[in-house]
Amino acid sequence: MGRMLFSSQHNTANNDPFERALANRGQKFKENIFTLLVYCCAFTLPTLLVFAAYELTTKCMPTVSKFGISFLFNHDWNPVSGHFGALPFLYGTAMSSGLSLLIASFLGLGTALFLTEFSPRWIQKPLIILIQIISAIPSVVWGLWALFELIPWLQKYVVPFLKDHLGFLPFFQGNFYGVSMLSGSLVVAIMILPIMISVTIEMIKSVPSIYKEAVFALGSTHWESIRIGVLPFIKKGLLGVAILGLGRAIGEAMAVTMVIGNKPEISLSLLSPAYTLSSVLANEFAESTSELHISALYEIALLLGAITIVVNLLAQLFIHGLEPLDFTKLFGKENQKKNLS
Amino acid sequence: MSFFQKLTFFLGVLTIPYLLGMSGLFFGHSPPILNGAGGSFPYPLYSKWYFEYTKIDPSVRFNYQPIGSGGGIHQLLSHTIDFAGSDSPIPDSLITGSSREVIHIPTVAGAVVIAYNLANVPLLNLNKETLSGIFLGEITRWNDPRIVFLNPQATLPDLPIVVIHRSDGSGTTYIFTEYLSKISQRWAILAGKGTSVRWQIGIGAKGNAGVAAAIKTINGSIGYIELAYALQNGFPMAAIQNQIGQYVAPSMESVTKAFPRSFDHKDFRISLTDSAEEGAYPIAGLTWILLNINSTPPLRLECLIKFLSWALTDGQTYVLPMDYAPLPSSLRQNVLHLLEEVRRKNSLSAFPWSQRRSCWLLVGKECKISCPNLAIFKNK
Repeated sequence: MGRMLFSSQHNTANNDPFERALANRGQKFKENIFTLLVYCCAFTLPTLLVFAAYELTTKCMPTVSKFGISFLFNHDWNPVSGHFGALPFLYGTAMSSGLSLLIASFLGLGTALFLTEFSPRWIQKPLIILIQIISAIPSVVWGLWALFELIPWLQKYVVPFLKDHLGFLPFFQGNFYGVSMLSGSLVVAIMILPIMISVTIEMIKSVPSIYKEAVFALGSTHWESIRIGVLPFIKKGLLGVAILGLGRAIGEAMAVTMVIGNKPEISLSLLSPAYTLSSVLANEFAESTSELHISALYEIALLLGAITIVVNLLAQLFIHGLEPLDFTKLFGKENQKKNLS
Repeated sequence: MSFFQKLTFFLGVLTIPYLLGMSGLFFGHSPPILNGAGGSFPYPLYSKWYFEYTKIDPSVRFNYQPIGSGGGIHQLLSHTIDFAGSDSPIPDSLITGSSREVIHIPTVAGAVVIAYNLANVPLLNLNKETLSGIFLGEITRWNDPRIVFLNPQATLPDLPIVVIHRSDGSGTTYIFTEYLSKISQRWAILAGKGTSVRWQIGIGAKGNAGVAAAIKTINGSIGYIELAYALQNGFPMAAIQNQIGQYVAPSMESVTKAFPRSFDHKDFRISLTDSAEEGAYPIAGLTWILLNINSTPPLRLECLIKFLSWALTDGQTYVLPMDYAPLPSSLRQNVLHLLEEVRRKNSLSAFPWSQRRSCWLLVGKECKISCPNLAIFKNK
């Protein structure tokens, strides 16, 4: 379609059948309408993003002018007296998404390696389908499952074990009441795993098998062939996958709100309740009445949006194997050639 | 036909019934829709009311979105809805102005119960000192002498008290923190009252269901839940000492008893917490429908007033079966009186013809039947 359009604009030769068909004015009119429509479609989402950013920025001006940069470093959140600081939420978000990423990275890489290198053919397909189904389960279902199944299990078996063997660490201090940083991170880890596994599998598959075969030819074991012939080529991509998972983990609200305990306090212990940026939005937005409270929530939303966008951009850069700001490689062909040669 | 032509044809066919439905708007056949938004606590009852009322008066329809009291208030003040439902009253600063004069119409009452999880303790008495002490984090164990003293019949275990509170902003939290602010100076200074406050201790859980789930799973926990939810789910509830020294268990009757004998006849922002009445449960509160009487189109306001008058008379039969505490009849009479007054002012108030006309177009023909005294506008 694009080819037809462009060629019709500098209309010189009439022997092309496409040109003759387009000589019809009505046809041209239709083409123009179509072009306009496509342009509109393409610009809808970017325009929305700009508007959303503008709206968030104007709405959060009252808190920005009142608290300034101290909003980020203050740990007092008191809607009644009108003192707002986002530090506990920033800490909670960083900690919970970092922990869930840690868990999900190991599980994800392990699963992907098994599915591409070790698994028998007949089990490969069903397993991949099952993993993709997991990503279709709504967040609130995971939250309920965690509340009624995961937490009792943690209380009964996991936490006593952790306390017995690792109780001296600062991460496992204090009483465990079920809802906690640990439960929240586990739920998020489960939720970000499917996408991480799928992307990792694609990346491993894209590594040409000649490398691995070459390593085999030198007399290596199966594991060595993976370590030398596969992993070094996807190092950067793995980082990208991790950042992609991180972006998802930061934004997750519903399931986390249900199990993290919603306590705006900074504590090293994973067993104590915490609070995240997205949970405070989910919790307090509907019932906030004072101007300043709403404004503070808008600023939290802006922070959350900015963090997720930056993280996702980073993920895009790493996954597509680009050096940051090297736009010459943006058009994949040269890139692929380079990989193959 | 190509695929796209088929698709366009199919979509076109689909829009025909939609356009036919829309045409009702222009020819005045569809009933006016009164838009409301606000608290989710009274939502089940309001839905029932709308359903029953439209059977009697099919000329109106309701659309109520339970988005939370705060959201409802904001939408009402920015004139995007006709009425709001709220579990907490609006302060004066927000409701006086040229374009806004908001009146509070109380509809039903609710209460907040203190639920707990202690094996073999079916009854628990708490007074002001112990309740505020627990939620301030000053009383940390169940066998604290202050609690044991109030409950000589119970065997209280040597367990830490785990406080569970609502993490989402809610009217339930407002009622509970308003009560705590009244009974404890320290609470009023440290936390205050509001739909979300800075909790001194404890774990936040989302919604009544979240708090209930947390209480069920954590041994030695205590938290507050909305009365109807606790009754429907059979939780052990603490009896609270009221202002005149009685220990009262939460129930519909003890909530209705909390209404004061005398009150302001114009402003119904009545607080029911810490009531001094005989047999009153102290942690109770009202829920209101808010009307913006200065800027709602008169015909819509008229329809709303008719609906509210019905709700406070015939509509009362649906209140108790749905686990809400009804208003006492003396208060209802006063509210009806105020509604009548607003209605008279509304229909007699002089406003320019153009404005009247626009209201007329907005609401449609049908309202003439349900609001006969407004027919005068049409003839002028």
